[in-house]
Amino acid sequence: MDALQLLIGGVANGCIYGLVALGFVLIYKASEAVNFAQGDMLMLGAFLGIAFINGDRADLPFLLGLIAASLCLGALAYALDRFVLRAIFGQPQFAMVILTIALGFILRFAAGTFWGYDPVSLETPFAGEILRLGSLTLAVADLIIILATGALTFTLWLFFGRTRLGVAMQASSQNQMAAYYMGIPVKRVNSIVWGLSGVVSAIAGVLFAAKGAVEPSVGLLFGIKAFAAAVIGGFGSLPGALLGGLLIGVIEQVAARYAPSGYSQIAPYALMLLVLILRPGGLFAQIAQKKV
Amino acid sequence: MRIHFKRSYDEDIRLFEDWRRMAKYAVLLAVMIALPALVSAYFLGEVTLVLIYCIAGMGLMILAGHTGQISLGHAAFMAIGAFSNLWFMEQGMSFLLALPLSAVFTGLVGAIIALPILRLSGIYLAIATLALSIIIEDIAIIAEPFTGGVGGVFAPPVDVLGTSVDRYGSPNLFYWMCLSVVVIVLLGYANLLRSATGRSFLAVRDSEVSARALGVNVTRTKALAFGLSCAVTGIAGALYAHFVQVVNYESFLVLLSINLVLLVVIGGLGSIHGAFFGAVVVGLMPQFIAIARDFLQGSVGIDISAYPGLDTTVFAVIIIAMVIYEPLGIYGFYMKIKTQWQLFPLARRDMFRRSKSYLKTERMR
Repeated sequence: MDALQLLIGGVANGCIYGLVALGFVLIYKASEAVNFAQGDMLMLGAFLGIAFINGDRADLPFLLGLIAASLCLGALAYALDRFVLRAIFGQPQFAMVILTIALGFILRFAAGTFWGYDPVSLETPFAGEILRLGSLTLAVADLIIILATGALTFTLWLFFGRTRLGVAMQASSQNQMAAYYMGIPVKRVNSIVWGLSGVVSAIAGVLFAAKGAVEPSVGLLFGIKAFAAAVIGGFGSLPGALLGGLLIGVIEQVAARYAPSGYSQIAPYALMLLVLILRPGGLFAQIAQKKV
Repeated sequence: MRIHFKRSYDEDIRLFEDWRRMAKYAVLLAVMIALPALVSAYFLGEVTLVLIYCIAGMGLMILAGHTGQISLGHAAFMAIGAFSNLWFMEQGMSFLLALPLSAVFTGLVGAIIALPILRLSGIYLAIATLALSIIIEDIAIIAEPFTGGVGGVFAPPVDVLGTSVDRYGSPNLFYWMCLSVVVIVLLGYANLLRSATGRSFLAVRDSEVSARALGVNVTRTKALAFGLSCAVTGIAGALYAHFVQVVNYESFLVLLSINLVLLVVIGGLGSIHGAFFGAVVVGLMPQFIAIARDFLQGSVGIDISAYPGLDTTVFAVIIIAMVIYEPLGIYGFYMKIKTQWQLFPLARRDMFRRSKSYLKTERMR
């Protein structure tokens, strides 16, 4: 029972890691850019959610606030790509890495200036509520996170498989030049992918804030764990990113419970390094040998 | 307009193109040696820190600028260099022996860590090293016998050939020691780039596939570059430990790693000069910002200390502008001005326009 309880808590945490990793893999797939500001986008999403939902702020109902936060962050991410990142379209990957790290600094500063550096938490209708199943005690927040992640993943899957835009995104992620010849506006599709990734991170952020307090510097560590999730999953594979996130979440909980104190923080990264050594392409390998 | 005719093949790889250039560097070196007589002790300390940044910057430049691999975790190797150096000294070794030994040790650790990761695309290295730089904090606490745990280690007094060199006791000697290490590393670096090994680094950076076709063992080259880079960074870490006199798990945080990357980018990727320009900017930036803060508060009455983190944000904005408008950094800017000057009436407007490029995917299937 104890183990199951731990597992569910881990899966709930892992869902958030997975969602951030998802937002990050979306961008990577579309433009081969690694967005090191993804964790900060999650942080911003959490703060937007708080600003829309909390009683002493805009005081919107939870769902409405969630939608407003994700639209805001989606628009912001779209604008970021349109006005900042498009300037270095086609430049080496390194440039993008540096640029997104710098953007992360700015987002962190903006959040700190607007909302302060003290930890705040989100007021949710289900805060502190507990569901009892036999001897199992489950936080309702955890269940909602797991359900929301499932629903979001299913929606994304439908979007990529069934809609014109989704297929266009897949095409431009596979070969930008060929997609361009087929009449796909690659640059605009890239920006839309960024927007979509913003929406996903906003949802992840709001769910994260429902579980605990947020402060501006929360994004950095979170982002790196999400990278670890993406790497474990195979970097560029959407189901892999989710699975990697779940693995990280569970490992973290288990290590926090059973490993000596200093070692538990290392566990997710150790798992990542292990995967890199044993199965370099990740669990769902996407990168093949580069051809001339 | 000056034209330099080459009369022998040797001139292609000569360290100094001609006597003018050699004279320029000689003057620079002379000024640097005479610096303790020219500036205050406080400023000398800042310059010493800049020199240490220069070494770390050169270490990262080998990897990022000349081999094209991204490492976001070089502070971790500074930590390994610092702790191993202090540990070797604790075992009774002299500083002159412990410094190269800690460099070798750091290089080996780096190569061992990097080998499995280097077989993959460059971005994996960036993420793995970033993770390394996060967990080094925990590792430094766990590895208590070597790192002193939470309390950290005090740097023992440095003894070079019978003279005691101390940052506070004899700042001039400490400065000259750092300067001589910089010169040695610099000469080694410049010579490395003239050798076959250095050329193979450049080949790997420009195209792995072509490098492989030319018979370069890509993984071996990358691991060698990573090892060398870590070794040099380890030296910087060891000097840094003696500069700040006490190091613990908080001395080498992830922010330092990111600062190092920003250093090479601001300075200019792919040039040794870049490491120095970047080190000056990164090392002296906190001073500039402090001066600007006092100035703003005194003259306009704006108190920017009310916005914590503003300095890193100013930094971030500079970097964004740099990446978008001047990808070759300060050195690229300097080269442009120099070229314009040398070609004086003949410079064309579009001479430095970048060509349009498309994404070259690494996920070909």
